[in-house]
Amino acid sequence: MTPEVERPFPPGDYPVVVVGSGPGGIQAAYSLSRLGIEHAVISADPSPGGMFRRFPFFQRLLSWTKPHVLYDQRTREYEWYDWNSLIAVEPENRAVMPGLMDGTSEFPSRPEMELGIRTFAERTGVRVRHDTRWEGTARDGDRFVLHTSDGDYRAQAVIFAVGVAEPWMPETPGHQHVAHYVDTRAPESYEGKRLFIIGKQNSGFELASGLLHQASRIILASPRPATLSVNTHSLAGVRARYVQPWEDSNLGGGVFILNASIERVDRHGSSLTVHTRRSDNGDPFPAEVDEVIAATGFQCPLLDLPDLGVNVFGQSRLPTMTNHFESVGAPGIYFAGTIGQGVAGLKKYGIPANSGAVHGARYNARLMVQRLVEARFGVKRERPPVKTAEVVDLLLNEATTAPELWNQKSYLARAVTRDDDGTIRDDGIVSLADFVDSAGPDAVAITVETDDTGDIHPAVYVRRHGRVDSDARLDSSPLHDYRTTGHRKALQALVAPILT
Amino acid sequence: MNSEEVVDELASLSLFADLQRPQLRAVAHIFSEESFPPGQRILRQGFQGSGFYVILEGDVTVRIDGEDRAKLSKGDFFGEMSLLLGEPPVADVVAIGELHVLHLAGPDLKGFLERYPPVMFRMLQSVARRLRNANRLRS
Repeated sequence: MTPEVERPFPPGDYPVVVVGSGPGGIQAAYSLSRLGIEHAVISADPSPGGMFRRFPFFQRLLSWTKPHVLYDQRTREYEWYDWNSLIAVEPENRAVMPGLMDGTSEFPSRPEMELGIRTFAERTGVRVRHDTRWEGTARDGDRFVLHTSDGDYRAQAVIFAVGVAEPWMPETPGHQHVAHYVDTRAPESYEGKRLFIIGKQNSGFELASGLLHQASRIILASPRPATLSVNTHSLAGVRARYVQPWEDSNLGGGVFILNASIERVDRHGSSLTVHTRRSDNGDPFPAEVDEVIAATGFQCPLLDLPDLGVNVFGQSRLPTMTNHFESVGAPGIYFAGTIGQGVAGLKKYGIPANSGAVHGARYNARLMVQRLVEARFGVKRERPPVKTAEVVDLLLNEATTAPELWNQKSYLARAVTRDDDGTIRDDGIVSLADFVDSAGPDAVAITVETDDTGDIHPAVYVRRHGRVDSDARLDSSPLHDYRTTGHRKALQALVAPILT
Repeated sequence: MNSEEVVDELASLSLFADLQRPQLRAVAHIFSEESFPPGQRILRQGFQGSGFYVILEGDVTVRIDGEDRAKLSKGDFFGEMSLLLGEPPVADVVAIGELHVLHLAGPDLKGFLERYPPVMFRMLQSVARRLRNANRLRS
């Protein structure tokens, strides 16, 4: 443990406490500092990094950081192509990741990612009290009390950025014979083994991909047919990086992909029988194997928060949140990091946002902190006036270059509002679901969306008389540049009622 | 809810009453669970790209041009009309309190119904019932 003298944030009363030192916690703490809000950051871990201190198991991420793009690395626009750096306003603190990567891949290694988070914290002055475990929660008047391994913290608002981090597997009979993804061993130890992987999402395919060379046979099984991200036009489905086992299965190369539910696992001497039942006709199918690994996901470690009114849903036990990531049942409790995936947004054509990944969660965290400090500490957002003649260009430029709109498509938007006095103001980046579902002054928001054919285009939402009653799509463009005469004309017609 | 609990819930809903447990398990994995705050629209009148929803917990109001027309509760489903017709919804569906639903992406509904004809039949019955009631109101 670090000596006491070097450890910041002793137990006590703080305006805000942030729990967690992964990307979500560090991003939230940075945003609080930028807005001048005093806070403490505590973490059970000995160093920053969160899940990237251990995972992905095969030590390489599937999120890009492209070093060479059309924009300088110190610009906001570059964030579009750098999914792994946390976001800062100061140019010198932007794009931490490309400088730390060894140049062999546009996907950082796990150690590079961990170093990236630590480096961002160091450069931006985000401090964390490590080795301090949150153990329980209570209310005391208008304060929350966090019981920790170091003592009690009290705060007006708490931000939990504790990840969707607790391994979960179903309690199928025989589950004691099944290892969880997190307990996967070194690849050499699977040499010549018949491997059964429960789960056909990215973690299942990551294991299959990483153990292709060692295992003598791999069966991947779950009730639902697997999907490929190239078909879903989003990050949902198996990513291109892990598709090799799929191709092998198509060619009969020792990998089998089954749609079946897992009923029971029996041990017979040194081998295991996985009893499955086919999803199509219900027929039983037993598979004899040497090892079973469950790539069945993770849950939120929310401890006793449900006792305070935080309702949870789904297998991951995500909290029910507002569009600004505040608990619905326990206002004052906020969430950052991967937990934000519990806020669905519009999910048009079923395409989810990227809130479960750093490149989406970092913007959610910034928006959440902005709304938290506005609601709880009266820190007003900057809403600079915009000249009427410049609105269309501002919005089209955002649709063409804004990293928030491209990394959180159909989820975050750029909004411009007409105030009561007639002034047009730039509202910055907003939650699209909040924008379209709350009454408010006349306004327009632009975002980027993908439809079911994979077409990417700007979408425009106009609020008049307190209501957004339709969406309007602008034409797509071969190189995604919407700063054209045709787009200007189309958008001008849509925003005219707001501007005049 | 974990996946077995979702399977239990599905088994109790009339829409899925004709499916066997292994099929229900597949259905539970095909749908995703979502949760919404009070006041949020789940379907939006006039918006493209909507989905199909089954209510697990909570109530919604069906609102047309600002007027509440119907209330839906646990086990009810919505979104299928617009998907079957390939048109934007003609009503808002708004969460009254906290709402917990199963969601199927709009583009997946056709394939889902083709894969599970008994669900298609149940849905057809429900749509027929609604049509009958609408005709009664008109006559």
